[in-house]
Amino acid sequence: MQPILIYAYQIAFAISIFVLISLGLAVIFGMMKVINLAHGEFIMLGAMGCTLISGLGLPLWLSVIGAGLVVGLIGIVAERLVIRFLYGRVLDTLLATWGLSLLIIGLVTTLLGPQTTSVPQDLGNVTLLAFTMPVYNLLMILVAAALLAGTWLLWRYTRVGLIVRTTMQNPDMARAIGLNTDRVYMLTFGYGAMLAGLAGAVIAPMFGATPTMGVFYIAKAFITVISGGPMPLLGTLTASSLFGAIDGAVAYATASVVGEITVLVVAILLLRLLPLGITGRFRRGL
Amino acid sequence: MALRRSTPFALTPPGQRPGWSWWTAVAAAAVAMMLFPETAELDVLYDTSILFVFAILALSMGYLWGFVGILSLGQTAFFGLGGYTYAVLSLNTGDTSGAVLAGVALPAAFAALLGYFMIYGRISDIYFSVITLVVTLILEKGIRATSGEQFVIGSVRLNGQNGIPGLPALQVPWDSGTTLFIDGVYYLAAIVLVLVYIGLRLLLTSDFGRVLVGIRENERRINLLGYDSRRYKLAVFTLCGGIAGLAGVLYAVWGAFVAPEMANLNQAALLIIWVIVGGRTALIGPVIGTAVIVYLTNWLGTQGVGQVTLVMGAILTVFVLVFHQGLVPTLSGLMVWLQDRLRSGSRAEGGG
Repeated sequence: MQPILIYAYQIAFAISIFVLISLGLAVIFGMMKVINLAHGEFIMLGAMGCTLISGLGLPLWLSVIGAGLVVGLIGIVAERLVIRFLYGRVLDTLLATWGLSLLIIGLVTTLLGPQTTSVPQDLGNVTLLAFTMPVYNLLMILVAAALLAGTWLLWRYTRVGLIVRTTMQNPDMARAIGLNTDRVYMLTFGYGAMLAGLAGAVIAPMFGATPTMGVFYIAKAFITVISGGPMPLLGTLTASSLFGAIDGAVAYATASVVGEITVLVVAILLLRLLPLGITGRFRRGL
Repeated sequence: MALRRSTPFALTPPGQRPGWSWWTAVAAAAVAMMLFPETAELDVLYDTSILFVFAILALSMGYLWGFVGILSLGQTAFFGLGGYTYAVLSLNTGDTSGAVLAGVALPAAFAALLGYFMIYGRISDIYFSVITLVVTLILEKGIRATSGEQFVIGSVRLNGQNGIPGLPALQVPWDSGTTLFIDGVYYLAAIVLVLVYIGLRLLLTSDFGRVLVGIRENERRINLLGYDSRRYKLAVFTLCGGIAGLAGVLYAVWGAFVAPEMANLNQAALLIIWVIVGGRTALIGPVIGTAVIVYLTNWLGTQGVGQVTLVMGAILTVFVLVFHQGLVPTLSGLMVWLQDRLRSGSRAEGGG
């Protein structure tokens, strides 16, 4: 029983990390078709924001939310200054956001220095069937599930979600029925950035925060969203489960780098078989 | 705006053979490169050689992007792979000529394998770019993870992020007793750069090159005309993978050293900046862009302005948003426009 539990925990944890780091990208890349190479830097800004805010003496949960909101605002500024000129020019969004990502790294390094900062958390451990797990990690799995479910509910069942989906599916028609698509794009990008910022803030107590940490997550996030296919949320969930399970199992058995390389190889083979991604053959949806 | 007219470098129909003015310019540049060591100190030669090596790398990317229309972000992966292949083989066998060949062949083979999965998987251009980028990231991460003592190829330890130092000097193929010194490496890099440039330009005039440009213009039409565009894309991707590998070998020869930085995200970003600043629709663009940006980054480093990353990020964003064509096509377009203005101006005067 215990080894199964350890494996289940490891895999659930790996999946939750995949979900956390790719959810924001699923919105920005999967829905808006903006290849956001600054996604890793949004995660980094979230982690940095979390360390700064909790350094002021605020509790961790408040720091996480605060960091998410700040990164959402930064995302809106980036959309107004750079991204909004590039809708429809997909490769240019890749290049411009790459520039943005270098700019953010340079700026943060200049302002805060290149060192790693950490966020203390004192939630302790919990023991289940003679197997001890950190409470914080369990909490992370819950947060990942909540963010995914929350985003799905928001898109699927609210008026806001309907407006966003309309705009992404057919901007001309959306404008024709009187929607302000410009604002919808701006806010959706901000929402995606906020999700990335929240992910960074949640990750910060585990792995710390450095200006160059974005590069650790960007590859995983893109693999997940691309392999997920045209349905951003369901795709992200299925791809995260697949890759998280592989990554968790392989990394637990060998080393974390082997896990990542295995994930990449599986992803490339998968795309050879299913060029449209896992959800490519499904009915349209989220 | 003013750039609608065809521009001398950028939009000449690529199927045409280059004219005598092009050959004169290339010959003059080649002679200047060959005569340069007469006047320059060794440290200047050393810095200039690496410029040539980076220019070869930039050509391998600019060619794919500007003339075939595929943006490969994996060129630095082939660059690193070429360098590492050369390093491992030359240290193991002591023979550098074979290591050079392998340093070109292995990246080309890797490009062919990767290209097969992506191009024959009919992955869209966007995913092509992203996947090549992801492969580069993972390769660099893989190399970095080899710091343990168990990661040995033959007698060479891979050393993870410290890289492999102390590579043997390049031997002349027909006389393994003679090795190249700094000036020898300079001549080698210069000759390879000129040959790669001429070769890529002449390739555009062949049937193969015309199909490549056709793919850039309209891939579906090329397919309907009976060409299998996938085969052409795979071939040129393999070719450019080999060229990037060759640049990696030259890098290893130049510094007697390879490190994972050759294939990291920063290097990939710099490569894009070289190409986009120079202008990808002119074959000389990547070379010019490399020269300008390498000079600029060196200057920024010595000025103590610091934060090269910040400036590079700003340059990349601004060029994508504003100077999308890059320096060479923009400037030559401007020249054509000015000529037009002058001509029409004088005509108007004459008529009046």
